[in-house]
Order: sequence, then C-alpha cells, then structure tokens
Amino acid sequence: MLVNTTYGEMDENLLEKKEGGFEDDNEKTTWVEYWLDNELVHRSAHVTLKAPLEAVGEIQEF
Amino acid sequence: MANTQSVCTSFLAEVMQGYHQFGQPSLTSRTSLTSPTNDTFKLALFFSSATLNASTTAYSSTNEVTNTSGSGYTAGGYTLTNANTPASTNTSTTAGTGYWTPSASASWTSLTVGTAFNCALMYNSTQGNRAVAVYTFADQTITAGTFTLTMPTNAAATALLRLATT
Repeated sequence: MLVNTTYGEMDENLLEKKEGGFEDDNEKTTWVEYWLDNELVHRSAHVTLKAPLEAVGEIQEF
Repeated sequence: MANTQSVCTSFLAEVMQGYHQFGQPSLTSRTSLTSPTNDTFKLALFFSSATLNASTTAYSSTNEVTNTSGSGYTAGGYTLTNANTPASTNTSTTAGTGYWTPSASASWTSLTVGTAFNCALMYNSTQGNRAVAVYTFADQTITAGTFTLTMPTNAAATALLRLATT
C-alpha cells in the first residue's frame, strides 16, 4: 500500500507504522503515524465527537 | 488561553430571531416567500491557543488553523452537508429535544499542521458567519495526512446539536 508522506507517496513496507488512540466521555480518537528513520513522515487522526452539546430551553410561569 | 466546548450564547437568541435554517427548507421564510433556501454551515478548526467559548458570536480567522506546508486547509473551514432536517421528540409531557446533525463527516486530506489544534467552530456562513457551537477534542497535529471529524448519530440523545427542555 502506498502512503502519502512528506516525501511523497511511499511503500508502506519501507516505513515504521505506529497506531494509537484514546476514548473518553467527549470523544473517541484514533491516529496512525508512519516513521522513516526516526522521522515522522505521516500522521492522520480520526475524531468522533461523543458528547453532544445541549442548550436547555426554559419557560417562566406567569 | 483555552477553547471551551459550548453552544454559543448568541445562537440561542438567533434561533428565536429565525437566523438559522438547518436542513432542507420546509417552509417559506426570510428573504424569499416563494423559494426558500437552506443555509451553509461550516466547520473551522482552531489552534489550541485560541479562546473560543460560549461568548463567541461569529467566525473569525484569528488563531484559525493554517497549513505548515501544502494547502490541505482552507481558511473558513469545511462546508458541512446540510441535508438532515432538524427533528424533535418528546421525552415526557413537559420535556423534549430538538436536534440536528450534519449529514456527512468533515474531512481534510493532504493536510500538514504542525501546531496543535483542538477546536472546531460550527458557524452559519450564509448569515454573517454567525457562530453556532464550539466543539473541542484532544490536541492534534497532522503530517501529510487526513484529519476526519466523524459526526455522531443523528438522534435525540446523540445529535451534534440539541435544544432541549427538561
């Protein structure tokens, strides 16, 4: 597979791949990095927002 | 200095004033009584050093993400797909929720941003760039890659934007 890097497209087999992520109440995030000789040449991230924002409506009694 | 997740306070008044048209128009309103159009909502990314919060009233390019190299990010942000019609559901005889979520995720490709960013502002570019809501996430940098913000399920409990009574 070809990976877009700071040096253009490179074969994935030439690169060191690191993956990670985390999850909390607000988001679920995953990321992938490709390294070439200890140099970061690609990093992508995927964030899914989990905590919807809510505005609360209220009324006042007469 | 920090971004704070919140519905923008100015948006609450603007809803009552009829400024924002989410989803496909289903009624005649505003500028045309015969050919209503829906608004364009955008999602702009901001560096972690910005201070967006509930008091943000409109989009500004101050502290907006810029490309470290390349042209993966365009000032003003990503145009959201505004096809979902807002919906509402009752949770009791006195409470309920109105909700809306963009109908597609936001994604930036061939992106390189070396400075940390952690915030997205949703705003109405049709109506004077009026702010809708500020969303935050953990600090990110992107190198020759893709940054994707996936939208939550468009439902009463999970939609991206909810107006509720309790």
